[in-house]
Amino acid sequence: MAQIKQTIKPNGKYMGRRIMRKEDPRLLSGKGAYVDDIHLPNTAHVAFLRSEHANARITKLDISRARALAGVIQIVTGADLRGVVENIPPMGVLPDLFVPQHPVLATDRVRYVGEPIAAVLAENPYIAQDALELIHVEYDPLPVVVEMEKAIEPGSPLVHEQSKSNVAGTFKLDSGDIERAFRKADRIVTGRFVNQRVAPMPMEARAVQADYQAGEKMLTVWSATQIPHLLRSSLSRLLKVPENRLRVIAPDVGGAFGGKLNVYREEVLLPLLAMRLGRPVKWIETRRENMRAMIHGRDQINYVELAVTKDGRMLGLKCRTLADIGAYPQMLTAAIPTLTAIMATGCYKIPALSFELTDVFTNKMATDAYRGAGRPEATYLIERIVDMAAAELKMDPAEIRSRNFLKSSEFPFTTPSGLIYDSGNYKTCMDKALDLAGYNKLRQQQERARKQGRLMGIGLSTYVEICAMGPATSDPPGGGWESATVRIEPSGKVTVLSGASPHGQGEETTYAQIAADQLSVPFDDVTVIHGDTASVPPGVGTFGSRNTAVGGTAVYMSAQKIRTKMEAIAANLLEINPKNIVLRDGTLQSKLNPKKSVSVREVARAAYTAKKLPPGMEPGLSETSFFSPKNYTFPFGTHVCVVEVERETGEVKIIKYVAMDDCGKVINPMTVEGQVQGGIAQGLGQALYEEIIYDDNGQLVTGSLMDYAFPKATQLPEYICDRTETPTTSNPLGVKGVGEAGTIGATPALVNAVVDALAPYGIQHLDMPLKPEKVWRTIEEKPEAR
Amino acid sequence: MKFPVEITVNGVKRRSEVEPRLLLVHYLRDVLEITGTHVGCETGICGACTVHLDDEAVKSCMVLAVQADGCSVTTVEGLASDGTLDDVQQGFWEEHGLQCGYCTPGLLMSAHDLLRKSPNPSAEEIRRAINGNLCRCTGYQTIVHSIQNAAQKMRAKKPAAAKQVQPAKLRTSKRKREQRRPATV
Ligand code: FES
Ligand code: FES
Repeated sequence: MAQIKQTIKPNGKYMGRRIMRKEDPRLLSGKGAYVDDIHLPNTAHVAFLRSEHANARITKLDISRARALAGVIQIVTGADLRGVVENIPPMGVLPDLFVPQHPVLATDRVRYVGEPIAAVLAENPYIAQDALELIHVEYDPLPVVVEMEKAIEPGSPLVHEQSKSNVAGTFKLDSGDIERAFRKADRIVTGRFVNQRVAPMPMEARAVQADYQAGEKMLTVWSATQIPHLLRSSLSRLLKVPENRLRVIAPDVGGAFGGKLNVYREEVLLPLLAMRLGRPVKWIETRRENMRAMIHGRDQINYVELAVTKDGRMLGLKCRTLADIGAYPQMLTAAIPTLTAIMATGCYKIPALSFELTDVFTNKMATDAYRGAGRPEATYLIERIVDMAAAELKMDPAEIRSRNFLKSSEFPFTTPSGLIYDSGNYKTCMDKALDLAGYNKLRQQQERARKQGRLMGIGLSTYVEICAMGPATSDPPGGGWESATVRIEPSGKVTVLSGASPHGQGEETTYAQIAADQLSVPFDDVTVIHGDTASVPPGVGTFGSRNTAVGGTAVYMSAQKIRTKMEAIAANLLEINPKNIVLRDGTLQSKLNPKKSVSVREVARAAYTAKKLPPGMEPGLSETSFFSPKNYTFPFGTHVCVVEVERETGEVKIIKYVAMDDCGKVINPMTVEGQVQGGIAQGLGQALYEEIIYDDNGQLVTGSLMDYAFPKATQLPEYICDRTETPTTSNPLGVKGVGEAGTIGATPALVNAVVDALAPYGIQHLDMPLKPEKVWRTIEEKPEAR
Repeated sequence: MKFPVEITVNGVKRRSEVEPRLLLVHYLRDVLEITGTHVGCETGICGACTVHLDDEAVKSCMVLAVQADGCSVTTVEGLASDGTLDDVQQGFWEEHGLQCGYCTPGLLMSAHDLLRKSPNPSAEEIRRAINGNLCRCTGYQTIVHSIQNAAQKMRAKKPAAAKQVQPAKLRTSKRKREQRRPATV
């Protein structure tokens, strides 16, 4: 193993440095353990029969031929589960949300293509697939609800007959005197923006394995999830298995992006099957299933009105939003669009806000959290309308932004939606981004390009997002805290056990950096464990850019407690006052006489041999903390995108992409940049290529990777990334979180750039994705183009 | 109906009886339990399942195990001997070419394939070469840098090979070396 080692120059501190990741050597050598890599003997393999109709009654379900196939162990249908397992409730609800019955398997009615109807258990996955072919289902198709604008019209067919309309729930936010703002305005700029449905699409689809050890009465569930503890609590409730007899393990997880922040029907059924069968069971989702039955993201239509004065001051913002939530609200489905509402005013001081949100049922898969979850939609709507205002007032987009930015002296700032922005330096960040991009030069180039008939565009996006979910009082899943145990082992090595559940973000590394610094031990001496409810303290999970800000703080707090205890033990060993102890370079020494010292290892040994502890002190060096933040954090940034649009084909080429992000203090600049870049890729993916399309019959047209435009390496640019650093006051580390920043900043930057490029044709807006055909057609339709 | 196959995997001869419809990737993962190779789409698009089949990169979800009969397969586990990383793996580690790691084994195999044919590729060339490998986490830039980094390491070690490409010879010698290792079946 000697060769797999990085040399880290000792300079007494790991935090803030580019340190290579601890998790990588195993992932690079094929030794990662994702759910499907964990093989248990005698496993039964599960495949799901899914609805082919978007809305239909099931009139017949005949499993007899499938049941008779050699190698089929059992087939379970909705009827078998009645009274056995409860409906899966959503967590984030609106007061008036209509919550439909959400059974584990459909019984007599299906409401979206891909809804599970039956589960086959077979000796191997191939036989399970064969059996699906032999199940005979008869459907009585019903009228289908696909478009949300039509869905809320009177007389539309209903997704749920029990509700009066397809309006699932509403949310309203009013602040300031909006009518006055609009009366006083010189201009009212309006827009209708479609934020299309996209798919999170982690490269590892969903995967669940369950095993019941009857002797111990212990149910173990392996799931590719972001929330092992929340999943455990849900399973406990739904399956009536006590939590202390349930162990959920999220092993290596191949990306999630919000898609695995849920409690899915399949996740509930597999453990039940394991208990019934007395054998391990496994379900590995196919990509085709994943596209139909893992949550989708976005899918809003925003009708936006901005009241501005002629010198570009923003007086009021009105927004009416329709959010397509699909047929059955999943865990946070209803909560996500409310994040759009509360973040709608962005980085600007807009005194009045009116936001009206309507969640709409359709015959589709549910939408839920997808990287950014509600904030990309907020940033998109405000950044588009601000650009439209600038165009109308003939102002530079940078100028209108800087006139309306909150000033750094105004923080903490209470927004119209009642949030308290912690800290910010919006203007400095934007100026730095413009400098790095060479903004003034770019504008000159653009002028020259236009004279030559070339379509060059420059797009800005200045965003602020809400992260580090979140204060317990306002977090929908209830309890926005995170936990960590830090333990110095008798040998002096350190184990960190985190309640968070990273799945690619690299916290095995960043948590080790935090712990190593606080305990003054070598980075290589720290091991971070997460994702196993049987070994880590109760936790919440990984989402909402909370890993470092909330989970990292819990690590920091536990390390602090250990440090204090070590100081007391050292003082006792050295027979000096604990106040005079300082921890430095792996030793606890006397401030007055550095020669009087003991090493961390010696203190650890003393803590466990327990012979020379201060009177009354408990042995051991293990501390657990739960950090419950008092406020969210609000990272921000400016992205600049430069494009050239090919007049003849409509193709958009990205010439330059600059991202200036501010996520507060940084633990590891390398992983921060990785998060930013990956986020930008997803934001650009939505802006340019990606789109989940259902046809009029509710059939999923983009049902495979052949049809869904997942961005490839040649389709994405080089990113130029830099940062400003404005610490948060919401946690002692000063870190804000960065997991979603790129996705939030990128989408409007790209669209603003393309619209800017097309300004000579009088084009004011184009809905995403900006595929060549759409761009080309839009140009062709303009009289100026002829 | 099962058919006998003999496939050399990472230098070790393996004999099994398989159904003719069994995909090579499932043969590797589920029969041999060599699980470093991943499945991301089972339709030949994502590249997570990329392995070397007789020294050519292929998507192992597009090959039947019976088609690989008599061939030799290298997976990510066969790139470096235990406890070490090869230049490409090291290149990825240093340049943060992975996050969740799910696409990574496939990308490493594609990168090897490219660097064997083109020891000093440009960024554009790398992007074209990995177009069949989808990554949702990184946005690709760090992967491009990783492969450039790996190329540099390999060129530094084999200055002659950089000038004069002898892919077949290089590969054969590596295979022979692996074949000399004791079988672990
Ligand atoms: S699994 Fe083979 S290409 Fe995707
Ligand atoms: S690192 Fe996660 S998909 Fe590439």
